Amino acid sequence: MTVGTPDNLASSTRGGVGQSPRRPDGTRKVTGQFAYSSDLWHDDMLWGVTLRSPHPHARIRSIDIGAALATSGVYAVLTHEDVPGIKYYGLEENDQPVLAVDTVRYQGEAVALVAADHPETARRAMHEIVVNYEVLDPLTDPVRAALDPEAPALHEHGNVVRHQPVRVGDVPSARSRADVVVTGEYEIGMQDQAFLGPESGLAVPGEDGGVDLYVATQWMHTDLREIAPCLGLPEEKVRMTLSGVGGAFGAREDLSMQVHAAMLAMHTGRPIKIVYNREESFYGHVHRHPAKMRYEHGATADGRIVYATARIVLDGGAYASSTTNVVGNAASLGVGPYIVPNVEIDAYGVYTNNPPCGAMRGFGAVQACYAYESQMDKLARELELHPLDVRRINAIHQGAAIATGQVVDTPAPMREMIDRLRDAPLPEAVDSGDVRNLPGGVSNTTHGEGVRRGIGYGVGLKNICFSEGFDDYSTARVRLEVVGGEPAVLVHTAAAEVGQGLVTLQGQIARTELGVERVSIAPADTQVGDAGSSSASRQSYMTGGAVKRACEAVRDRLFQLAAERFDVPADQLSLSGGKLVSEHSGVLVALADLLGDEAIEETREFHHRPTTGMDPVTGQGDTHTQLALCIHRAVVDVDVELGLLKVVDLTAVQDVGTVLNRVSLEGQIHGGTAQGLGLAVMEEIQLADGKLANPSFTDYLIPTILDMPPMRLDILERADPNAPYGLRGAGEPSTLSSTPAIAAAIRDATGLQIDRVPVRPHDIVHPVTG
Amino acid sequence: MDFIKPTTWEEALEARASVPGAVPIAGGTDVMVELNFDQHRPPALIDLTAIDELAHWDLDGDSVRIGATVSYTTIITELANHLPGLALAARTVGSPQIRNRGTAAGNLGAGSPAGDSHPPLLSTGATVEVASVRGSRFVPIDEFYTGVKRTALEPDELIRAITVPAARGPQQFAKIGTRNAMVIAVCSFAVALDPHERAVGTGLGSAAPTPRHATDAEKYLVDALPWDSSEPLPGDVAERFGELVAAAAVPIDDVRGQATYRTHALSVMARRTLGWAWEEYRCA
Ligand SMILES: Cc1cc2nc3c(=O)[nH]c(=O)nc-3n(C[C@H](O)[C@H](O)[C@H](O)COP(=O)(O)OP(=O)(O)OC[C@H]3O[C@@H](n4cnc5c(N)ncnc54)[C@H](O)[C@@H]3O)c2cc1C
Repeated sequence: MTVGTPDNLASSTRGGVGQSPRRPDGTRKVTGQFAYSSDLWHDDMLWGVTLRSPHPHARIRSIDIGAALATSGVYAVLTHEDVPGIKYYGLEENDQPVLAVDTVRYQGEAVALVAADHPETARRAMHEIVVNYEVLDPLTDPVRAALDPEAPALHEHGNVVRHQPVRVGDVPSARSRADVVVTGEYEIGMQDQAFLGPESGLAVPGEDGGVDLYVATQWMHTDLREIAPCLGLPEEKVRMTLSGVGGAFGAREDLSMQVHAAMLAMHTGRPIKIVYNREESFYGHVHRHPAKMRYEHGATADGRIVYATARIVLDGGAYASSTTNVVGNAASLGVGPYIVPNVEIDAYGVYTNNPPCGAMRGFGAVQACYAYESQMDKLARELELHPLDVRRINAIHQGAAIATGQVVDTPAPMREMIDRLRDAPLPEAVDSGDVRNLPGGVSNTTHGEGVRRGIGYGVGLKNICFSEGFDDYSTARVRLEVVGGEPAVLVHTAAAEVGQGLVTLQGQIARTELGVERVSIAPADTQVGDAGSSSASRQSYMTGGAVKRACEAVRDRLFQLAAERFDVPADQLSLSGGKLVSEHSGVLVALADLLGDEAIEETREFHHRPTTGMDPVTGQGDTHTQLALCIHRAVVDVDVELGLLKVVDLTAVQDVGTVLNRVSLEGQIHGGTAQGLGLAVMEEIQLADGKLANPSFTDYLIPTILDMPPMRLDILERADPNAPYGLRGAGEPSTLSSTPAIAAAIRDATGLQIDRVPVRPHDIVHPVTG
Repeated sequence: MDFIKPTTWEEALEARASVPGAVPIAGGTDVMVELNFDQHRPPALIDLTAIDELAHWDLDGDSVRIGATVSYTTIITELANHLPGLALAARTVGSPQIRNRGTAAGNLGAGSPAGDSHPPLLSTGATVEVASVRGSRFVPIDEFYTGVKRTALEPDELIRAITVPAARGPQQFAKIGTRNAMVIAVCSFAVALDPHERAVGTGLGSAAPTPRHATDAEKYLVDALPWDSSEPLPGDVAERFGELVAAAAVPIDDVRGQATYRTHALSVMARRTLGWAWEEYRCA
């Protein structure tokens, strides 16, 4: 029995790849023992708090910190003048001030910091800071920001962060060949990641003038590259350790309290703890870009799409965050998983005085997916075709090209997925004697009156790993040694476990590759190389790939050692059950005996295949590393008189290349689907003139277990030869397709347009027709 | 902040009188949220949960007297027969954890127009028993709500119990929320029929600055219901009742919903809940 080849995963070591071992952090999380970053404690620590702007747009005339500083128990009050290094940071553009300099551009922007010996003292002192604002009109309309040259410029280089066109073929002449044309204007509200663990962490000043940071984040090395210059420190003097992360979904890609806590720590010489409360958290991280989208599709009578045009305006809010790349995704995936010979897309990401928007699960692809899938349904109606047939006729497949001209060169079994979904059984009739099964749920609004059922479909195409020429490699260090007489493996990476189960998978890979059951995962920190972000569905692929590589390197050295000692060819050796086996002579030696006191340690980087940028004029390029498909069918009961909904059933078909851990995988598909459901029917940050109206979980609603139906999953494994074990990233695709599937089901039940999500009761009861 | 935990009612009243601004706390499901959000910095909390008598309910003649710390869970599991409207409303409150801790008296103390206890308490003509070191008084529920989050409670008073007439006919409750559980009402409605007295009670939540009756709708229904027949409810009666309930509302637009939607939803809920209540009555 050999290990490490994809074809015999199932037979490899217990707890290896393909199995679903228990998560090492699972029991502690379920029983409340797990330490999150908000639980960090240091004996002589001070508490930091952040004064934030009440205005979406204002000039700062002056800041008076005198009274705050004079408060007993206060150790520091800092403003932009105290930033030790560069005053600006950002994921893609250095446009966001650590602390507002002379202007605030969104409500909640950080203006000043206080450190005190008690959080209450710090908050009281914070209220003593006097900021003299000259309030300005906020620019809150993203379409105006994108297209109106008269709109006030919020940043030096104007309000357009990125405009990415895609041009294929000749749309005007294709339009003349179209038998049917459908157009639509679609809108998506601002969704929040709504993670449960608020931004928090601890900064401890080091004796060398540096700082140790314990924070919950998604990508420590990019944090480091942003933090160190702001602190005026070389990167090696900023040491980061990942603390317990209570969910992320993109919201922890940008910095929150990192530089602030470090500044206060360096200034006071004391450890600093900062914990946002729930309300502050809504101001303390970026959200999903709301979008306004205008689409047109033309097709011939047989259902073939001949052209598509799209104008997608994404509201990036006050600072760039990851808007550039969100625009890239919306543009390159703008017509979705369909073969469209003529394309004109213009995707814009703009600055406004709304809250900054950045990464969230689905990253630009979510917005476009809702629009193009709504268009597919319109086409189907216009052509009198089944919604699945329109999709099937135009489906991409291996060998076909997407809008960027990139040829899909690995399996893309969309037709098969559609056929399987078509055959999936429909849900059984519900027991309508139990109100929990009906729209309104326990609120007892209907016993069946006004309820109509609808069925809808959605297909989404998501890029996996970073795109557009970015080399988002990962690094892993693997050490094999004998501990207590047994071989044991230690895996060390900087990859963030954000709840997705990466620590489990790292262990599985080490077990499979080294045939050793005892594996521990070292705390993630910056004492090992970059692992890239826990985003873009990429960590199984990238850090999984790096751990695999490092294990292979360790294994090679073991085989070398054994080959020399037993005089056998290294290429005839394998590892199994903690023993070294030779093809000819069977078991040679127990690993523990071979190693003795020696430890074998190897560090390896894993790079995905290179991608290109998008042509600035035509959008063409091989920009994506890997593409993934998910397709949903939603069955929704709508109380058409009250506008209340019950999603009765969600069935998904997804191709994941290879299943590495079925339990984790299903969790990702369930979770992504639930987040898409939230976007479809309830999750929205409401804004009035740039101000948040619902910064709490009382009024920012996320689905409960009564809102999210049990799911049926049909998981395909069409291995991608480029990826470790043939896997396909699976964290995001389901987030794309569930939203349009639910919207389509509501459309089916009501006959309404449903051109905006989330769908609110009044959209059904009093639809605005336009 | 001091934490006062009296074990007798008299001690509680003493504490309430002697520490101005002290906040009573029962389940804490409103109080703790406000403290966490830093909306409130009271000098002291008076925890009522160690006062044994407040944790009980009893049947007092034709009425149920509910102690101030009786939880929603208790109302659901023990009082669904006597107080079906209140039990239905209790079932819609928050999550199991919130229902285990939260109380109807706390709902009254908070005085939010969205509180779920209010419509059934209004529709059944409940009485709030309040007391201070100065003495006790019984406040009819109609007089309890005085404004948005304002009530008839004096600064030194505590709610001791709520007395609700035991149901003599069908009662219903419905609430609009944009999520199928654990949601604050966009608006809510309760109706209670009393066939013995030929009386109708209603209660509207989140429809005006305070919870309120739909008085015209009640009057209309008393006359319009075919009390002596076991026929289905005439459609035009339900329709008219819905209209009159909607007419009693003066809702606003806010983050939870639009005024026009609220008015519409109230009429639909009124129509439907009356239909269910009537079915129960005529089939009984
Ligand atoms: C997650 C969550 C979900 C919720 N969902 C709902 C919901 O669906 N529907 C709903 O109506 N509410 C809801 N609430 C609000 C809250 O649970 C209710 O208002 C509940 O009835 C409050 O009862 P309590 O015992 O917890 O009150 P507490 O928080 O203890 O007190 C509430 C107020 O009443 C005062 N008070 C308490 N007891 C007395 C007394 N004996 N005399 C005088 N004043 C007193 C307090 O000083 C305070 O002002 C929710 C709250 C949370 C946190």
